Amino acid sequence: MSSLPAPDRPRPESLTDLFVSFSLLTLQGFGGVMAIVQRELVEKKRWLSAEEFIEDWAVAQVMPGPNVINMSLIIGGRYFGLKGAMVALAGMLAAPLFIVLTLALIYAQFASRPEVAGALRGMGAVAAGLIGATALKLTKALKNNVLGWRWCATFCLVSLVAIAALRVPLVYVIFGLGGLASTLAYRKLQA
Amino acid sequence: MNAQLELVFGAAEWLEFFFHYLSLSLLAVGGGIATIPEMHRFLVDNNLWLTEAQFNASIAIAQAAPGPNVLFIALLGWNVGLNAGGYLSGLWGIFLAMAGMLIPSTLLTYNAAQWGQRNRDLRSVRAFKQGMGPIVVGLIMSTSLILATTSGHSLDHWPLWLMSAITALICWRTKLHILWLLTAGALIGWFGWV
Repeated sequence: MSSLPAPDRPRPESLTDLFVSFSLLTLQGFGGVMAIVQRELVEKKRWLSAEEFIEDWAVAQVMPGPNVINMSLIIGGRYFGLKGAMVALAGMLAAPLFIVLTLALIYAQFASRPEVAGALRGMGAVAAGLIGATALKLTKALKNNVLGWRWCATFCLVSLVAIAALRVPLVYVIFGLGGLASTLAYRKLQA
Repeated sequence: MNAQLELVFGAAEWLEFFFHYLSLSLLAVGGGIATIPEMHRFLVDNNLWLTEAQFNASIAIAQAAPGPNVLFIALLGWNVGLNAGGYLSGLWGIFLAMAGMLIPSTLLTYNAAQWGQRNRDLRSVRAFKQGMGPIVVGLIMSTSLILATTSGHSLDHWPLWLMSAITALICWRTKLHILWLLTAGALIGWFGWV
């Protein structure tokens, strides 16, 4: 536990706190949980700074497995080791699994109603906007990046165009562009 | 998901099912969504364990429900189980699919993250995190754009795009709770305004 950040920082008090926090967080995550993770853990609970969120998210992206699941493993593991990782993972999955199953059981009755399809579409658009806001908020964490703002803007735009417009497979962007950016950062850190 | 299949599942089939997910787990860089085409080929095309409608509904429901989108994998397992018997084998299907999908990636990610945390002062670890920063932000922006245009790229969808953009601005600039925004989106969609 010597690797924990500043000791006066807020942190999960117990495994129960961790489980409940992740359960509440995941239950707000319609159409994806990432926007909520940023909002709850960075802005409200302050377990992470914006910079740490980006760093952890980078690891969660590069590793196989769902990003938010990886994120819960990383954060839970940091505070309580393997036990914490498993508890955070369980918090992330238990309640939503129950809800998803319930929805699947009643889905057949209502699937044909256009209002239901419309509501899903509306929530989808909102979910997309929430994720956009997360990206906008995180740009401020790049201010102190060793690459400098010009390189940051370039890498950010290139990855955006590659994924959203050109539909380049994620693996190439992460390992190709990510390798390039990390190498550049490595050289700048020396100087 | 009304139409079900009637499958006979023995230990061999369940094992094959489990190993399919085990083998996909480490390929799911960037999340489970990237592995959807491979699952479709295995479950629907090759083995005929799921109908097309069951496959699509599993993904749509998991997207709409709260929680990680990876739960579509649980629903795929549930539906395979229903086809193979009933609710009990449905639960068994959920367990095998989720365990197969999550165990390998979880072990790898947990150990890599712990290693990174112990060695976070290494120049290479710092360089990785600094270098990946702008790319992570770019990827999150891409996710937003892709999700905003799932209904299509035709200009007819401008009300949906406008709603996404306004949501982004509100969430960026205010402390309004996300559930209010989602409720508003659901109501606007329910009444057919977007």
